[in-house]
Amino acid sequence: MANLKEVKERINSVSSTQQITRAMKMVAAAKLRKAQEKIIQMRPYSQKLTAILNSISSGTEGSTDIVYAQERAAERILIVPITSDKGLCGAFNSNVLKAATYVLETKYLGKQVTAMPIGKKALDFFRKQEMPLVTDFAFLFQDVSFDNVKMAAEYAMGAFEKGDYDKVVLVYNEFKNVATQFVQVEQFLPIEKKEIDSSNTSQVDYIVEPSREYIIEELVPNSLKIQFYKAILDSNASEHGARMTAMDKATENANDLLKELKLVYNRTRQAAITNEILEIVAGAEALSSSK
Amino acid sequence: MHRFSRYIMHLEIITPDKKVFVGEVSEASFPGADGSFQVLKNHAPLVSALAKGPISFTTTLGKQSFVVDGGVVEVNDNKIMVLAEKVLA
Repeated sequence: MANLKEVKERINSVSSTQQITRAMKMVAAAKLRKAQEKIIQMRPYSQKLTAILNSISSGTEGSTDIVYAQERAAERILIVPITSDKGLCGAFNSNVLKAATYVLETKYLGKQVTAMPIGKKALDFFRKQEMPLVTDFAFLFQDVSFDNVKMAAEYAMGAFEKGDYDKVVLVYNEFKNVATQFVQVEQFLPIEKKEIDSSNTSQVDYIVEPSREYIIEELVPNSLKIQFYKAILDSNASEHGARMTAMDKATENANDLLKELKLVYNRTRQAAITNEILEIVAGAEALSSSK
Repeated sequence: MHRFSRYIMHLEIITPDKKVFVGEVSEASFPGADGSFQVLKNHAPLVSALAKGPISFTTTLGKQSFVVDGGVVEVNDNKIMVLAEKVLA
């Protein structure tokens, strides 16, 4: 028979855990809203940028050679796994790390791989692996702004330009909705040639200052930084979404557990009372029969 | 106001982090990569790279300006769209 006091203690501990998970869920929900806002804020900028880039480069015959589109034999790889700083968000981080490890063990086996982890969880994981690390941007999530993210993107772009890396790959959680994230393995550099959708571009004949080439050279790095920023923002929103779902599940589980424990508690209490009455009655009986 | 309305164009200045300015202007000048220039109503479609410098424009409330750190401006059909990486002030 379970001890009454023990059950009581367990009930207390489970319900205080539940309070924590419930609070964390609320916090994650608030943070998620903020993260989603950031994505929405960025959208007009990135759409306009793509539109301008498309309408300008569609005018030039045979696209100009951009340094970032240079295809080289992939010998030196920079992999950028993006995770969160904190745990308690379900399979969010392990999914990214699993995908990163998988890519490294299949596609890039035997290549010179450098990792640039972003987020504390990725940093901790890749510290245990035997490969060179770039850790300057591991704590990007402490303050997510375009200015900070830009520096990480610029580092990758600069190193690619110098030829330190032949390929830069991002691994991150893409934000689909609150409950679903998809792990994306995305080639950041070199830029993959995209067919420009000419039906979408406006047929406006722009005056271009100073020249088409100049603007393309200016805008391509810009749109790369935006692509990087988008990956960071997506991961950020996904993290809070994942945590929210995980914490919601945990709160629910705690509820189920509490129900069971309360049942045990009440049964035990009842049994104890019944026992006591039995003892008293038996005692009284014994007294009266001995008279 | 009556005079102003004949000259209005729509101006938007956006960065990846936020919309810095959205509103109606009668005139705007930009720090183009090849030197600064002004845009008035019915300007021909234009795309220009921007250097670091001030964007100043006139609204109903008077003159305003922002300093941008490079970017690009598109003018089309009396709509001006400024994409700046960063707005300094």
